[in-house]
Amino acid sequence: MSEHAHVEEHFAGSNKLFTSIWVWLLVLTLIEIFLAYRPMPIHYMLVILLGLSIIKAALIMAYFMHLKFERLSLIITLVPALVICICLLFVFFPDSFRSAGLRYQFKEVPPVAPAPAEEP
Amino acid sequence: MSTEAQAGHFPAVDWEGGAFPYRVGHRKLGMWLFIVSDSLTFSALLIGYSYLRASNVWPTPFPFYPSIVFSSVMTFCLLSSSLTMVFGVSASSRGDKAGARKWILATIFFGVAFIVLHLIEWNHLISEGLRPFFLPEHWVKVFTTTDGVPPSPLFGATFFTITGLHMFHVASGAVYLSVVAARVNKLKHEDVEISGLYWHFVDLVWMFVFPLIYIMSVDVGGHLAGGH
Repeated sequence: MSEHAHVEEHFAGSNKLFTSIWVWLLVLTLIEIFLAYRPMPIHYMLVILLGLSIIKAALIMAYFMHLKFERLSLIITLVPALVICICLLFVFFPDSFRSAGLRYQFKEVPPVAPAPAEEP
Repeated sequence: MSTEAQAGHFPAVDWEGGAFPYRVGHRKLGMWLFIVSDSLTFSALLIGYSYLRASNVWPTPFPFYPSIVFSSVMTFCLLSSSLTMVFGVSASSRGDKAGARKWILATIFFGVAFIVLHLIEWNHLISEGLRPFFLPEHWVKVFTTTDGVPPSPLFGATFFTITGLHMFHVASGAVYLSVVAARVNKLKHEDVEISGLYWHFVDLVWMFVFPLIYIMSVDVGGHLAGGH
């Protein structure tokens, strides 16, 4: 239990640590670029890329944004609410798949140049 | 007695942090809340893009050069700018104002490099004929399915909106950091740290934009290069 009731000026973490995080981020980015040219089903690709992105985001938040060194109450206030809100947005995807099924069952050939979006 | 004054009298054990439950100042907490709300903006845009992509035939037009090379170098610029920013914040925490200014200027340099590269990359696509609501004609020809279903013309809309909003954030960040660099001697360490939070957030968003927009749209078979 901490007795600190003042804002600390100390910034934890050494430059060596930050440099190693930067190297990890670069390595993960290179893996992503390498994966782009591997033939694989798009679902696998999406899951792997999102997994790598989440790891990268976590590294940036934890070390560069210093969240790892903040009080747990701040992390618990910010992160779960954000994650839940983002997950709730996934509620739209069943509709996306449904409309894909509706749109393409007739196999018509629409015009090449689509009509410009008109302002009402 | 005001609430604030009362809060000052509570010992820390009353509620863990006492008057500072998060042990951060109100400005830093404000920046964190802004970051949460801005994360939701970008999430909504990226999920909107994914919604359109899943319900349409989607073109995958990006060649290794220039698109992937440029976007990879841009990623390197942003990651490096985050490193220089964290060095700047670290220097500021030690009271090394000159060091902080030097590292923040390096951060601005990488940020501006990102914007310049991104504009060149936009220019490639625009000169090819990509517009917010139209695809270049040769893309339509190449990416129309064997069933005759053409690719969605909204590719440009999602691309320019998401990368454009991100570029706007980088540009605003560069202006913000210029002010911080200019006034670093007068500012408190926490102010420098808050500007760092914003900059790292811009980097963090790119970690999702780059794979979802660029890597997922690579023209693996070179269809556009030799397929027409």
